[in-house]
Amino acid sequence: MKDNSYQAVMARKNEIMKKSVGIDYDVLEYGRLSFDYEGLMKKVPYSIEEIAEIQAQTKVGRTPLFELKNLTSLVRRYSPPGKGARIFIKDEAANCSGSFKDRRASLSVYHAKKLGFKGVIAATSGNYGAAVAAQAAQRGLKCIVVQEVYDSRKVGQPEILEKARKCEAYGAEVVQLTVGPELFYVFLMLLEETGYFNASLYTPYSIAGIETLGYELAVEVKEREGRFPDAVVITHAGGGNVTGTARGLLKAGADKTCIIGASVDLTGLHMASDEDFNKKSFTTGHTGFGVPFAVWPDRSDVPRNAARPLRYLDRYVTVTQGEVFFTTEVLARVEGLERGPAGNTSLAAAIALAKEMDRDQIIVVQETEYTGAGKHPLAQLSFARKNGIEVRRGHPSENVPGKNIVIPESISQLGYKEMDLDRLRQSYIKNALEKAGVKAVEKVDVDFLSEETKWPVDRVLECLRDYGIDVE
Amino acid sequence: MKAKKGMWVEVENIVLRPGERAPHLPEDTKRVPLVMWVKGFLESDVASLGDNVKVRTLTGRIVEGKLVTINPRHVHDFGDCVEELLQVGEEVKKELEKVLKEEDSDER
Repeated sequence: MKDNSYQAVMARKNEIMKKSVGIDYDVLEYGRLSFDYEGLMKKVPYSIEEIAEIQAQTKVGRTPLFELKNLTSLVRRYSPPGKGARIFIKDEAANCSGSFKDRRASLSVYHAKKLGFKGVIAATSGNYGAAVAAQAAQRGLKCIVVQEVYDSRKVGQPEILEKARKCEAYGAEVVQLTVGPELFYVFLMLLEETGYFNASLYTPYSIAGIETLGYELAVEVKEREGRFPDAVVITHAGGGNVTGTARGLLKAGADKTCIIGASVDLTGLHMASDEDFNKKSFTTGHTGFGVPFAVWPDRSDVPRNAARPLRYLDRYVTVTQGEVFFTTEVLARVEGLERGPAGNTSLAAAIALAKEMDRDQIIVVQETEYTGAGKHPLAQLSFARKNGIEVRRGHPSENVPGKNIVIPESISQLGYKEMDLDRLRQSYIKNALEKAGVKAVEKVDVDFLSEETKWPVDRVLECLRDYGIDVE
Repeated sequence: MKAKKGMWVEVENIVLRPGERAPHLPEDTKRVPLVMWVKGFLESDVASLGDNVKVRTLTGRIVEGKLVTINPRHVHDFGDCVEELLQVGEEVKKELEKVLKEEDSDER
């Protein structure tokens, strides 16, 4: 009989992974710490046109792009003269299970079926679970979704409880766990037990599936306005949304568009803490994922993560929980779009960014998500209050994650904090060196690190010198 | 209440006891077990809460565990009214009325 102790299963990790995603990651490795990223993306044997076709078969993609004219007018009231960019939004809630995650799931599930897998498994507490379940339902595959949902009192995050309901609605089996990174251990055991496909958020299929989102919005803005967007704001968590959208924009030729990541600031809350778990009102799109996945993408559930945000980000900003709830209310009230709060993270940032951009410029918010019981401002703020979080009006600067949620008093107060991307690039390089355990690198590694960080080679060399690393 | 064969139920399992948990966890998490819940159709003829039972899940897996809920209910909802948000809504509605009026007169 197989040894299913924690240590034994974790030791079999690579073997289980290889079988469950059908990719041999080892052959991509080169140099001291590098791997062939574009080679990994080429494991997806479909062109972007073919991907769009596959997605259309299961009700994914070709979502509407709306100009938020009322919101833009309101934002201009608080912008300096000549400022206040036009805000557009890609209504990704129109995908079949209600979020952009359908794009990621559609290609993974299609590919799993083509490879002959009988089912798919995804480890996710977010919209991705519902997306995989909805795709599996249409392709006739079985589906298991593994969620981190309860604290040790069996009190669940309302947003995640809703996701469990939705997964079951599509016929998926939902495995629910208390807080802890050992979710991965349960996930591995399930992969071994069932032999299903690992529909990880971080395979090349998942990322290639999002490329159509960036591509569609670039082409549509170009067709309607005669130019590509000046900026696209992307909610950033694990890095897939940023990576896939940016790659799609580039494939459409929009290489001057500024790629801006946005996360909810949850600084100070520990993501693996049982007590902190229910003190947050956002279960994704926050800095608790955004920062660690930027500085070390390969912490994911596959050996090499296809989501590599630092390759694409031009800027990375954070907003507060209160600002996102405020924005969600405003979107419903002035634009008639009632959408889920987590999907409005990038919109909250876009409002602040638009105030600084010229009036004739275009800023695109690339997603919305469905809303419903549990994942709704009223549900989430009521839950916060029950967990001892103070909810009140005030200035966003008064927000303290885990202590309060401060709802702004006016659009004029919406702002953002700029993250220092160079600092993140530096820690990425530090992590890459530490994980590989090297004291020296080769020239090819320097080039790889330059691509990984969007830093020129000289800047990478300077950083390596600072860490006392030789180049051979 | 007793559960009968074929009823939709939830079972609970301790996956890792406090001493078996992964290293580097925060203290509050290390102190508690990793618990798992799975729902399925009851396999035994009849069972009571707390019994060790088998269920057949939606993928057809057979999972054993302690019976904790019979016909589990989705408890999440739309929450209480949050006045702070209602205020925001009313304020921006008034602002928008002003803006639209200005735009109307600009056009004329």
